[in-house]
Amino acid sequence: MATLTLSGVRKSFGATAVLHGVDLAVRDGEMIVVVGASGCGKSTLLRIVAGLETATAGRVMIGDQDVTALEPADRDVAMVFQNYALYPHMSVFQNMAYGLKIRGLPKPEIIRRVDEAAALLDIGGLLDRKPRQLSGGQRQRVAMGRAIVREPKLFLFDEPLSNLDAKLRVQMRAEIRRLQKRLGVTSLFVTHDQVEAMTLGDRLVVMHAGHAAQIATPMEVWERPADTYVAGFIGSPAMNFLAATLEAGGAAARLADGLVLPFADGSRAGEAGRKLTLGIRPEHLRPQTGGLRVMVELVEPLGAESLLHGRLPDGAEMTVKLAGAVHADGVLEVMPIAEALHVFDGETGRRIEPLG
Amino acid sequence: MTVAAEALAGRSARRRVRETVVTHVCLVIGVLIFAFPIYLALIGSTHTSGTIGRGDVPLLPGPDAVANYAQAWGIGGGRFMGVPAGGMLLNSLLMASLIAVGKIAISLTSAYAIAFFRFPGRMVFFWLIFITLMLPVEVRIIPTFQVMVSLGMTNSMAGLVIPLIASATATLLFRQFFLTIPDEYVEAAKIDGAGPVRFFFDVLLPLSRTNIAALFVILFIYGWNQYLWPLLIVNDRSLETIVVGLTKMIGSGDAQNEWNVIMATAVLAMVPPVGVVLLMQRWFVRGLTETEK
Repeated sequence: MATLTLSGVRKSFGATAVLHGVDLAVRDGEMIVVVGASGCGKSTLLRIVAGLETATAGRVMIGDQDVTALEPADRDVAMVFQNYALYPHMSVFQNMAYGLKIRGLPKPEIIRRVDEAAALLDIGGLLDRKPRQLSGGQRQRVAMGRAIVREPKLFLFDEPLSNLDAKLRVQMRAEIRRLQKRLGVTSLFVTHDQVEAMTLGDRLVVMHAGHAAQIATPMEVWERPADTYVAGFIGSPAMNFLAATLEAGGAAARLADGLVLPFADGSRAGEAGRKLTLGIRPEHLRPQTGGLRVMVELVEPLGAESLLHGRLPDGAEMTVKLAGAVHADGVLEVMPIAEALHVFDGETGRRIEPLG
Repeated sequence: MTVAAEALAGRSARRRVRETVVTHVCLVIGVLIFAFPIYLALIGSTHTSGTIGRGDVPLLPGPDAVANYAQAWGIGGGRFMGVPAGGMLLNSLLMASLIAVGKIAISLTSAYAIAFFRFPGRMVFFWLIFITLMLPVEVRIIPTFQVMVSLGMTNSMAGLVIPLIASATATLLFRQFFLTIPDEYVEAAKIDGAGPVRFFFDVLLPLSRTNIAALFVILFIYGWNQYLWPLLIVNDRSLETIVVGLTKMIGSGDAQNEWNVIMATAVLAMVPPVGVVLLMQRWFVRGLTETEK
């Protein structure tokens, strides 16, 4: 068991900078999910931790050991790949035992570990099969098993669930979480799926354009996103953003159409007229006359709730999530819940916290 | 069924029959064209030289098969009396196997280097290998002969085999195959702690099995059919290969050829390549059509 510390990790491929200095401290036994859109550098970050890429600058520490210059095999990490990367000509047993065999473990010990992992993953009956005789979910388990038998300091997951169908993905997600908790191995999990990120991680690293935009617990990321990117990325359907200006005194924001929304949690610093971006999650809007006038273009009934897609008079898109079946045509007036309003700087997109 | 539907069904059934007949006729014609010379050789090897020498070629088997094959195997015939086919077959077998195995070994390792490692001059080497594709054995045969003479390797199995071992084609084929192997295998092996040599033997070689088998068949036949090079490099009759020996059996016309023995030797010369193809057919077809992934 070990901690993982990244300090100032940068990576450039030729002239293209992919990572612009990432700092991260993972506690012992913690599950960190690195989430971001494709091309944000999250896989590169994982591969640097694994040792499959070398960082252009910065250090990687596993426990007290600086592993920046070590080969993958010497880092004591195990990795689960997106397409599982099971050797097709080896049986399940051989696949799981291969790394141990290379490390020169005695045969009885190898058998013991493989059997243990197989029992844990419920794949005991599959040990003699070849990977191509397995279903997607079974291959996933074998890939997990191959990681577990090594008893590594660190588990690395590179989008391991994205090749599974939706139902299996949900099931395996829960299973990975259970296993990780049970084994207590420090883990780094890369995904582009925000639901996976929210449900799996003790903490999230939201990556954006080579930076860690926010590192926090899932609920914190959801409740207090650090900037408009994180706010828009985490949460489904995505947060609505409205341009606004700060009212004199800083206790309210004025929208373009003149509507004034007071802040429930305190006033913000800045002069009157400071440009703001207001973030409102679709589920934090309530029908109320005198509110925002949404011209409804599409209603998506989801059963327990309905999604309304529409536009404000100035053309800004707006999504509203209302409970139950809603039949709305034409114009719907909605009002955001004041407590759930997110305030961002209009220029930098950074979150503005209330004063005091 | 309505009348229209019946007519339609009848028409499509007739079309199927017509298609079957046409394709079979084409195939039968093709088989006849390819098989007839072999059939003639087979028949010729069962008659006495007198029967063939009269000029009318028999189309039915004769009674002298055992005698002809025994002579071909043990004694030889025609101008080349005293060089039995048995020894020549063994030489050919050895040469073709060594060429095939050598070519595969060399091209596997060089393709491994080119496909998986980055080193200075990688592309230069790749293009050098690629360019040699355009140089058949015949073009470089004089300099190669000179080199072999200087090294004192004429009249030896090594001299017969080594110059034919380098193979651009096989190297390129293996390179293309290696490029289709997902990077994840390489990375998984790295994390498992397998070095380059282990990866080669534990992962790459087993994955290449079908390709190796297919290439072995092709290269074995390539080696078996070598004519010009063995003709040049070997004078020693104990190293004679069957393909060269067979042509040496045929005289220039001053004496009657023992066609019966020549035919028997020719049939014997066909057996090993056919055997290799039959034995490895399953692998061969798999190697050409699919990759195990």
